[in-house]
Order: sequence, then structure tokens, then C-alpha cells
Amino acid sequence: MAEPSRRPRRVSPVLLALPPLLALAIALPWIAEALGTPASTGLATRMAIYAIAASALNLVLGFGGMVSFGHAAFFGLGGYTVGILYAHWSWQEPLWGLIPGTTSLPVTLLAAMAVGGAGAALIGALSLRTRGVQFIMITLAFAQMLFFLFVSLKAYGGDDGLSVRRQGEFPGLSLRDPAQLYWLCLGLLVAWLLLLRRVTRSRFGQVLAGARQSERRLQAIGIAPYPYKLAAFVLSGMGAALAGALMVNYARFVSPDMLAWTKSGELMIMVILGGVGTLMGPVLGAIALVGLEYWLAALTEHWQFVLGPLLLLVVLFARGGLMALLRPGAGA
Amino acid sequence: MTAPLLLVEGLRKRFGGLCATDDLSLAVRPGELHALIGPNGAGKSTAIAQITGEIRPDAGRILFAGRDITRLPPSRRVRRGLSRTFQIVQLLDEATTLENVALAVQAHQGHSFRFWRDARRDERLRQPARQLLLRAGVEAALWEQRTGDLSAGARKQVELAIALAAAPRLLLLDEPMAGLGPSESRAMTETLRGLKGRLAILLVEHDMEAVFALADRVSVLVDGRCIASGEPAEIRADPAVRAAYLTEDEEA
Repeated sequence: MAEPSRRPRRVSPVLLALPPLLALAIALPWIAEALGTPASTGLATRMAIYAIAASALNLVLGFGGMVSFGHAAFFGLGGYTVGILYAHWSWQEPLWGLIPGTTSLPVTLLAAMAVGGAGAALIGALSLRTRGVQFIMITLAFAQMLFFLFVSLKAYGGDDGLSVRRQGEFPGLSLRDPAQLYWLCLGLLVAWLLLLRRVTRSRFGQVLAGARQSERRLQAIGIAPYPYKLAAFVLSGMGAALAGALMVNYARFVSPDMLAWTKSGELMIMVILGGVGTLMGPVLGAIALVGLEYWLAALTEHWQFVLGPLLLLVVLFARGGLMALLRPGAGA
Repeated sequence: MTAPLLLVEGLRKRFGGLCATDDLSLAVRPGELHALIGPNGAGKSTAIAQITGEIRPDAGRILFAGRDITRLPPSRRVRRGLSRTFQIVQLLDEATTLENVALAVQAHQGHSFRFWRDARRDERLRQPARQLLLRAGVEAALWEQRTGDLSAGARKQVELAIALAAAPRLLLLDEPMAGLGPSESRAMTETLRGLKGRLAILLVEHDMEAVFALADRVSVLVDGRCIASGEPAEIRADPAVRAAYLTEDEEA
């Protein structure tokens, strides 16, 4: 009777496909070189970066049921952390007379995550007192506030943004080489996914999933959901900020566009397109959306006319997103 | 005479012009099965919500094990040993029966800021969860099913297992028989009989057969106040109770 009852573990086709796909992803820069399309490496870099950001959003949206419509705020905070630290490094003038600028990538990435996490703690602490549509609107409002803050910061380029003319330095890597920057982003994506996998399966993850399904139930077993939701929100903000920092290293440019509400929407579309509440869904969603944008934009100026209906089709006919299409037996 | 485990004193709650709880006083002694009955609209649900902490009373106080819990949030009351089930079952419907109970075990084991170990394979959670499911009379065949797919009776039983995970000193059961068929009702009565005496139970129930079969004492709520409190036989004989409640029930 008390014998441990395990569910029969069916290895999903998605899981089986992962090792070859990862090998393919690692080999991508060489393949691109061989095929004479070196620009693909840059495209893949953007996919990996957006995959980090979308998975970060999915932690709160998919696993925790908190529909944040302001995640571009943390993406942008991460980006501006890199940009501002670079600017002060180039001006040879410490920020607030205290913090020296730097182009060391480990330092700027950690700083970006710290800033993103702090921003998420502040915004989350206030927003998480609401739920439903109110939560969506208040996260959007905070993101818009940050957007206009950076628009008004003329010292850092205001509307025009800030160019980062010097590549971040990472010990042992030369990030001027697009392939090495790509591998760095890919490595961070894999590490981030492994972390999310752990976290969502842990005790913390169970509470988070519980909060999504019934906060009343959590209260009744003696758990106040708020601190757990806030912790998830902060972790998510840190992930989005990491992605933003990488994006600025890739694009060598940061502007308020990174914090625009359309960026929050894009991240949300990636999550929904790929599969809400699944580990690999947002990755697929990021690859699909960045890829579609790229290829459709090459075909026609009015690529959004094509993209819109495509998204609609996925949402209407593949509940559970692309992940659901990949494992029809398992259901949505 | 032992000190009451739960003592409600002069509780008042008003919603606009409606006085849902009007100077309600109630005492539940350790280990007793105390039934709270009353006609529809008597204010039972509002009273329960105040005892569990979902609604804050306008006046009065609630003492649990001698300490004032009137202003404590629901989750803290549970950790003090005041556990409850819901009239309308609240389960994590996407999770399995075992996972639902394991989460309650986890909550009882302390904070959940543990980010690394896989909780779904943690025998320190699953083993106690299985024991609780046995205690609540949930068939083993249902343990790996999603609670969203279970029958009403099974869902009520799973809720009971979850409520027991908090190792409560007082179990507050909000209409555990509601929505159950006759055989499920009898099974629930037997389960409650098995629990009786090991912990105090405050049972809110419409099923009079179950109430009079199980209760050590019965309190009758009418118009937000307790009009009588005593042993089942006394309550049955009480003319005020008959007038307010039992006759009406027979007519209905």
C-alpha cells in the first residue's frame, strides 16, 4: 500500500530531441559559415537572448499565473545598466561620483541582474497587491513610467539612446567575434533553463503553481502566497535584465525602445506562442517570433500583416502553443 | 470544566443594512465534535469566514487556545492549528491528489523558500501524504489522478486529508456532506466518526442525520446569533430551536 507509487515516466519526444538540437545550436556558427550566411549567427544570438527574456516572463506568467505586461521594464533596466556603466567608463567619470564605469562583462551582467532584481522587487511589491486586470494594468503603468524616465534622461541620450562603442570583455572570450558572443548567450540560456527547471520543480515551485491555481487553497494550508509570488517576480526580473544586458552587448546600442510596451507585448507573444507554463515553450516562441520577423521582413514591407494572422492561427488552433503541437498525445 | 479551545465572544459583522453576525458567542471544547446548525441565511458562512480569518469582524473577538486570533490572517491561523475545509471544494485541480496533499504536508514542514530539490519525488512529503489519504479514506486508485477529474465525494475526502496535514487542534468542516450521494455521505460520516475524539471538530452541516449521529454538542444559529447550545437531545427538545429551525426544515 505504502509502496512509492511512481507515474510511468514517458520520455517526451521534446526531451529526446534536446541533445541533438543543442549540438546543432552549438555548431550553428560553423554551419552558417559553411553555408555562406554568417549573418545567421547574429539572428541566432537574438533568438537566444529573447529566449532568456521570454522564459523569465514565463516564470511569473506561466508558472505563477501573474500576467505581467511590463516585463520590458526589466529588459530595459538590464540594457541601460550596461549602457550607463559603459558611458561612465568612456567619460572616465564615476556614476554619482561613486560607481566607476566598466566594460567587464561579468561585472555588467551581474550589475544588470541586481538592478533588474531590485526594480522587480519594488514594482512587484506594489503590483502584487492587486490581481487580474488590475495587475496587468499596474505592471504596464510602471513600465511606461520607466520608459518615460529614460526618454527624459538626456545625459544618456534620451530618446536617441546610447551607443556602446566598446564590446564587453569576458575573460577567455573575444566577444568581437559574433560566434563567441553567440556561444556565451547560448550557454547562459542553457544555464538559465536548467535553473528554471530546478526552481519550478522545487518546493518553491509547488507553492508558485499552487498560487496560480487557488490562493484560497494556499491560505487554507497555512501559506501566504505574497512572499513567494514576489520572490518569483524578482527572479523573473533578474532573468529579463540579464537578457537586456546581453542584447545591448549584441546590438551595441540601448534606447528607450527596449522598455516600450510593445516590447512587453512581444515577450508575452513569445510565451503564448510557444506554450505557457512549459520550460521549452518560450524558447520555441522566441525562435519562432524572431525568425518570422526576420524572414517576413525580408519578403515584404508589410510583414506584420502576415505575422498577425499567423499568431492568431496558433492561438486559435493550438491551445498550449507550439509545445502542444509537438506532443499532441499529451494534450495542451 | 476545561477551558474552551475556540472561544468566540460578541462577534458582530454588518454588511450595509444586513446584520449577518449579531453578537455571536460560541465555545468549542478540546476534543469535542461541535455542530453548528441553522437555517439558510442564518449567518453560518459569515461566522465561518470570521473564524477562519477571511472576513474581519466589526466587533468582538476570537480566542484560539487562549490567544487572541481576531486579527490574524488565515494562513497564520492554520499554522496555529485551526484547519478548515470549504463548502465549495478548493483544490489545485491541475495537480494530482497526492500532490495536493503533499503541498499541505510541505506547508506544515515550514517555509517553502527551498529552490533546489525536486519536491515531486520527495518521500518526506509523499510518505506523510499517503498516510493522510488513508486516514481520510481516499482510495489509492485516485492518488495519481488529477483532482479536477475526481467525483464530488472524493474531492471532499481529499480536502479532509489536506486539512489534516496541518496537524490541527481544531478542524472546521464547512458542510462536508453537501453535494454527496447517500453512500458517500455515509462514508464521510464514518470517516468523521473515526477522527472524533482525537481533535476538536466544528461541523457546519445541513444533514441533520449526520449532525445528530456525530455531535457531542450542537449550537443553533438564527439571524446571526446563537439561540441555543447544548447536547443533541436538549437541542432536539428546545422549543425555540424547533420553532426557528427544525419545523421549517421538515416543511421544506
